[in-house]
Order: sequence, then structure tokens, then C-alpha cells
Amino acid sequence: MAPAIMMAADKVELSPANTGFMLICSALVMLMTPGLAFFYGGMVRVKSTLNMLMMSFISLGIVTILWVLFGFSLAFGKDSGGIIGWTSDWVGLSGVDKGDLWVLGETTYNIPLLVFFVFQLMFAIITPALISGALADRVKFSAWALFIALWATVVYFPVAHWVWADGGWAFDLGVIDFAGGTAVHINAGAAALGVILVIGKRVGFKKDPMRPHSLPLVMLGAGLLWFGWFGFNAGSWLGNDDGVGSLMFVNTQVATAAAMLSWLIYEKIRHGAFTTLGAASGAVAGLVAITPSGGAVSPVGAIAVGAIAGLLCAMAVGLKYKFGYDDSLDVVGVHLVGGVVGSLLIGFFASGKGQSEVEGLFYGGGLTQFWKQCAGVFVVLFYSLIVSAILAFILDKTIGMRVSEDDEVAGIDQAEHAETAYDFSGAGGGAARTAAAAPAAEAASKKVDA
Amino acid sequence: MKLITAVVKPHRLDEIKEALQAFGVHGLTVTEASGYGRQRGHTEVYRGAEYTVDLVPKIRIEVLAEDDDAEQLIDVIVKAARTGKIGDGKVWSLPVETAVRVRTGERGPDAL
Repeated sequence: MAPAIMMAADKVELSPANTGFMLICSALVMLMTPGLAFFYGGMVRVKSTLNMLMMSFISLGIVTILWVLFGFSLAFGKDSGGIIGWTSDWVGLSGVDKGDLWVLGETTYNIPLLVFFVFQLMFAIITPALISGALADRVKFSAWALFIALWATVVYFPVAHWVWADGGWAFDLGVIDFAGGTAVHINAGAAALGVILVIGKRVGFKKDPMRPHSLPLVMLGAGLLWFGWFGFNAGSWLGNDDGVGSLMFVNTQVATAAAMLSWLIYEKIRHGAFTTLGAASGAVAGLVAITPSGGAVSPVGAIAVGAIAGLLCAMAVGLKYKFGYDDSLDVVGVHLVGGVVGSLLIGFFASGKGQSEVEGLFYGGGLTQFWKQCAGVFVVLFYSLIVSAILAFILDKTIGMRVSEDDEVAGIDQAEHAETAYDFSGAGGGAARTAAAAPAAEAASKKVDA
Repeated sequence: MKLITAVVKPHRLDEIKEALQAFGVHGLTVTEASGYGRQRGHTEVYRGAEYTVDLVPKIRIEVLAEDDDAEQLIDVIVKAARTGKIGDGKVWSLPVETAVRVRTGERGPDAL
């Protein structure tokens, strides 16, 4: 994000168009989290479908409350040392008036602070949810809930501050991250890697078949993600006064198309078939890669970014078998790799005609921007990796991160949620033992007595 | 009497039903089954990871027949089920001691 309108605060008036646009974008980004839940939920086996859905949904609950209480203040409040923010007026939004415009440093935007607040909240929700895909089938739900709260507080809020807030070190350095390649995707992907290195593999990893139980659900999820991502990306300019939002919108579509095609072609050559899962995964890889870069590159550049990301991610998802870490649904292979690829390619493909005049290597700008991108990418990567591993380690040694082996094998849905995703019994299973069913049963038995 | 059991490819069900009806068989039981024979299932690829799915979907058809009809009926089923490709399935028969039509209580060949 960068200043859209450079004017003194008292001259900026609220734009109904941008305000409406941003509220719609916020709702679109909200829908990505259920979309992600379906995307992941279809990829696990039947017995852990509900747990996978819930790992995303619970983030909508927990992170929203944290964001109102202190998260927004930590991420976007007054800067301390480039590391963290704090504005006490924003705690519980107590000192915010509904008409206050959003101000970032010297720049006043023509949308209300409340709109920026809720838009950014949706990013804070989906980022921890992204991690869950690597932890499928085996993490205690209570431990996951606690992990989300801690991770959002010590990893997401600070990293969002570094990258997007006035005074954040990466923001001031000039690292380009339009909509969250570093703050969201590298951050979540590195966290996923950190956690799985601590908690270990699923029972039967590399031995038992663990194929997706519902590819239609995966496609539905990918479709919702693709749809919502327009809000995620185009909305990150906070308005469309200068057309950068439109450029981002177009590039989002173009890069995603290119990535889907390159993934499919790669796997047709390598594995012999155009798979549904490959199409969905390629699309997500493209969306991830264009997220940081879509404001900086041209549409032709977006084709290159998407195609390269689709190809590299398709190759990267096999690494877990080689190195033996159980990144169950390829959060590292798609989000970390896609995020790194998109962020670094800015250094080559930035056209100088998008969000800023920064030019990459292929447009005569040399490698200056590339080195800045490297700084953003690798600091976030290692910070998130290390802190997430420490958090998982602490939780594992205290309350325990994993369900028992028996529960994992029998199915985490029953063990942690007392439910099953699908009713395969024709008659609807056993007898109900609920309070509501009791009177009916009583009445029936009385009739027999009479 | 004989019980003829056929474990065959699901998509051949309609042809088998039609052939049996043409032969004059009035009732049959179909269940969904899974299993493998010499073809040993098939391979699926998810994000480059190959899975051998050894239990493939089949249907099991059960028909009761009089002793004299049994061999001919087996031929009818085999002909209708055959695609010529691997995994077409198997058909076999067993002797049956008795059979009862539940509604009327008829026994033996009369119950068919």
C-alpha cells in the first residue's frame, strides 16, 4: 500500500464510491476464509473434514475479537522503532468516531478509519487460517485456538506493521508488498513449516493413502478464493482514484489464469494427466504470487509472474516427500513458495508504470528493488518460522499440540467435535439422546402402556 | 436350485438387467461392492503423489435359478458383462437348499 492521495488532512472528503467499494472488498475477503475452509476441507480424508473446516472458521471468531481489542492498534498504531505500533485510542475502538478518515502517516485517505479497520481485519483472519492446511488430521482444537491467538499477537500483528504501517521498517525501506505476499503468504507458509517441524507427521504419512475425499469441495473452495481475491488485491489500494486498483484487478485475473495453465501443463508432462487438484492448486499459486506484485507489473508481466509461480509451486509440492516433513495440504509448497516467487519477481518485472515508478531489472531499474524485496522476504520468513516453532514447542510441552494416536487414526472429527461430516447410514444412525428428543420418546412409550 | 453371483463392472448393470429380463428372470438383488482381482486396482495422482487404489468399485448381482437354467443364465450374464478389458469381474454359482417367498410362504422352485 502507498499513498493514493497526497493532500492535507482538512482538504480530503469522504468518497462514497471508495467507501462502498472498500466495504464490498471487505466482505469479499471475509468470504475467502470459508472458501479456504472448503479448499482444505475437500483435500483431507473423510474422517477429518469438519476439523479442517473448523480450523479456518474459528479464526473468524478469535482474530476478530483480538483485532478490536488490541490487534489493530499493534499493527497500525503509532510506530515504535519500526517494529510495532500502539495507539491507545484504538483499543476497543473507544476513541474512534464513525466519521474519522483513515490516516497513514502524512496521507489522509478518503475512506473512514472503520472501513480500513474492517478490511484489514479480514486479512488478519485468513492468515492464521492458511497455516491450518499443514496441520491436518492431528492437532488438538483447543491447542489450535490458543495458537491462533498467540500467533496473531506475536507474529501477524507485528509483521503487518513492518510491511504496511507508517514507520514499519520494511515499509520505510521500500519493500513492495501490495496485498500481502510477505505479510500474509510467506508469513503463513513459514509458520506452517515451523509448526510441523515441531509437531511431526501424521500417523501413516508416506505409507497410507491420504487422497482428497472431495475434489468438488476443493474446486468450490478455489472458486470462492479466486472470487474473494479480487477484493483482497484490488481493495488493497484503498480506492480506485488513480486506476491502480483496476490494474491490480486485471493482473489478478491474468496471473491466476497463467498459473493454472502452467501447473496443468507441467503435470500433464510429468504425471500424465490434467488433474482437477492441479487446476485448483495452480490457480491459488497464481493468486498468491500476484498478491505482492500485481500493482507493480504490467499485464504481460503478470502472465510471467503467474506462469513461473504455477510451475515452481507444482515442482515444490513434491519436496515434502523427499525431505520427509508432513506439510499435509502443501501450505509451504503453495503459499510460502508462491509468496517468495511473487515478491522476488517484483525485482525483475516492476514496470515503473503501476503503483510507483520503481523499475525492476528487466525495465532498466537494476537490482536495487530486488535486494529490497529479498530483505522483506527473508526477514519475515525467518522471523515467522522461528517464532512459530517456539510457540508450537511451548504449547506442545504444556497443553499438548496433538490428539492421541488412537483418536487420530479413528478420526479427529469424532474425537474433537463429536460430529461426523457425512451420514453414510441409510436410516440416519442411532437413537437421539437429546433433551428435545426425550419428551417424544416418553410420549411414545406411554402410548404403548395405554 | 442355484444361487448365481456375479461381481462385475458397475456400468454394465443396465445391459445385464436387460439380458436377464429377456431371458425371463423376474427378480435379482444388486449390492455395491469393492474389490480387486488380477488387475490390482488402479493408480491416481494428486499433486504428483501417486496412490494405488486397490479396491475398485464393483457391483454384486445375485440371482436364484432352477438347476436346468443355471448354466445358460451364467452365459447370459457373462455375455452382457463382458467389455474385453481387464477387471471385467467373475460369475459363479452355488447350490441352494431352499428358498421361500415371504408373502405367500411358497417354497422351492415355486418361490422363484
